Order: sequence, then structure tokens, then C-alpha cells
Amino acid sequence: MSADAHAGHDAAHPVHADAHGHGQDHGSLQSYMIGFVLSVILTVIPFYLVMTGALQSKQLTIAIVVAMAFVQIIVHMIYFLHMNFKTEDGWSMMALIFTIIVVVIALSGSIWVMYHLNVNMMPSMQDMRQMP
Amino acid sequence: MTVMKAEALNGTDAPVFYEVDEHEHPEGASTMLGFWLYLMSDCLIFAMLFATYAVLGGNYAAGPSPKDVFELPLVALNTTMLLLSSITYGFAMLAMVKDKVGATQMWLFITAIFGACFLGIELYEFAHLIHEGAGPQRSAFLSSFFTLVGTHGLHVTFGLVWLFTLMVQVWRGGLVEANKRRLMCLSMFWHFLDVIWIGVFTFVYLIGVLR
Repeated sequence: MSADAHAGHDAAHPVHADAHGHGQDHGSLQSYMIGFVLSVILTVIPFYLVMTGALQSKQLTIAIVVAMAFVQIIVHMIYFLHMNFKTEDGWSMMALIFTIIVVVIALSGSIWVMYHLNVNMMPSMQDMRQMP
Repeated sequence: MTVMKAEALNGTDAPVFYEVDEHEHPEGASTMLGFWLYLMSDCLIFAMLFATYAVLGGNYAAGPSPKDVFELPLVALNTTMLLLSSITYGFAMLAMVKDKVGATQMWLFITAIFGACFLGIELYEFAHLIHEGAGPQRSAFLSSFFTLVGTHGLHVTFGLVWLFTLMVQVWRGGLVEANKRRLMCLSMFWHFLDVIWIGVFTFVYLIGVLR
């Protein structure tokens, strides 16, 4: 198909691309600014908490920092990567969900197994004393 | 279009038709989905490197711990650079949609500057660490740290090479359909790297300093 014929085809069927779900969402100035402001807030708070040690509890600080990162990743996905259930007839979201499942299994599995390996294989003081 | 008539297998005389030819797809219609699938596979690479860091990150081999080597103000500056480059790339995309070649090129160039600043700061940090004797050979913690953060930096480097290539392409060919598609792919790549960096500064730097 020549470029001209292709252009004519598109002009004759302006909704062609959208009808098949290939239309890409480019976002708007407003959506980019919302994403940017949210990202700045979600970045400044964890850095502030860790750098100043504002909270006494380390566990609470870690929980807040991880929660902020989680929310910020979702903000980036929606406002910068324009993820939704419509792009490419939903296949982009399908691929993303599949990847998240694999990542969660691989990460939690690795950490879980290696943690227990460390705990259970650690030579206790009793064993150390009996060593030749 | 070729349509094949198959012998009726179900015992009736009703003919069964099926299409032999591929549907006609507009050029580049599947590029975005294909590139997204590549990014997802890239995501798996980073997931494995994060898992490696999570497992080995506590093995200091009597060497420095994250608290000794990480400088959070530098990381905060780095994060700022990458976040700013993300929003300026967004502005480039908005200019591209409106077919403003000059504005697109300008925002792309500003994005490149922020990206280069990010790389410069990261290289300075790496050089500083190696100079202090905290290089990748020092301990398992530092090996996994350099692999994870270095891989991200390598991605940003190739993103910059790609960005300059596209600036030349837009300069020579204008904002034609093919160039818009390429810019959209790089847009996904660039924002994706920012998403990975959220994981890096949270799990490597901030939590590293805390524990």
C-alpha cells in the first residue's frame, strides 16, 4: 500500500484507528501537571522522613516510604504512561497485569526462600563450639 | 482477499469458509503494543536485579554498609533531575500532538539536558564510591548495588542516544507519522525508566539508609 493511498484511506475513515483500539492517549497538559505535582509530593515526603528522621519508629517510616513508592508507581502509570483498560483493546493492561504477577511471585519467592535459607543454615553457637 | 472453501466436516452440506489472508493493518499499528511487551520484559530484568539486591544487600563482608556510602542529598537531586526530565518529555509529546516542530525539539533538548545531568550525578557517585574503595568488588552488597543501579543508568544512556537520534530524525523528516510513532515509543521508555527509579530510590537508597 502506498503512502498516499494509506493517507486517503485514513481520511475516508477518520475513526478507523480508534474503532480498532489502536488510538493512543496522549494525555493533556492538565493530566501531566496533576501527575507531576502528585509525584513531587510523593517523592518529597519519603526523602523528608528519612533524611530528618522525623518519625521515631523505623518500621513506621519504612511502611510509609514503601506505601508512597507504591502510590507513586500507580500515579506514573496513569498520568505519564496513560495506562487504561482501553489501549490496544486492553492487551497493554493484560501484559502489565501478567508482568506484575510474575514479578510478585519472583520477588516474594526469592526473598522468602533466601531468608529461610539464611536463618536455618546459620551455624548456631553450639555447633561452632563443637567444631574441630 | 482469498477465501477458501473447506469440505464440510460436520456431515451437513453447509459450506465452511475461512480467511486465508492476513487482515490489512495500517503501518505501525502493532508497534506500540510490541514496544510495551518489550518494556514488560525489561521490567522482568529489573525485577530479577531487585531480587538479587534484596537477597545480597545485607552481605557487607565487613565492608561499608548503605549508611556509610549513600549520600541522600545527592540521590534527592538525582531523583529531581529524572522527574523533571519526565515532565519535560510529556511537554514534548503535547507539542508533538499539536504538530509544533520547534516546541517539540526544544522540550526534547531540555529533556536531554536533565537526563545528562542525572547520568553525570550518577557517574560522579559511582566514581566517588570506587575512589573510596567501595567498588563493586568490595562486597556482595556493593556488587548487587552497582549491577542494579548501573543497569538503570545504562538504560538512561541508551535512552539519551535514542533521544538525540530522534531529534535528528525530526529535524530531517519533520513530524511525520513514523517519527511520531518513534517519539511515542521513547516516551514510554523514558517514563518507564522513571518508574524503575522510584523502586531504586525507595528500596535501595531510602530503606538502605534506614536499616
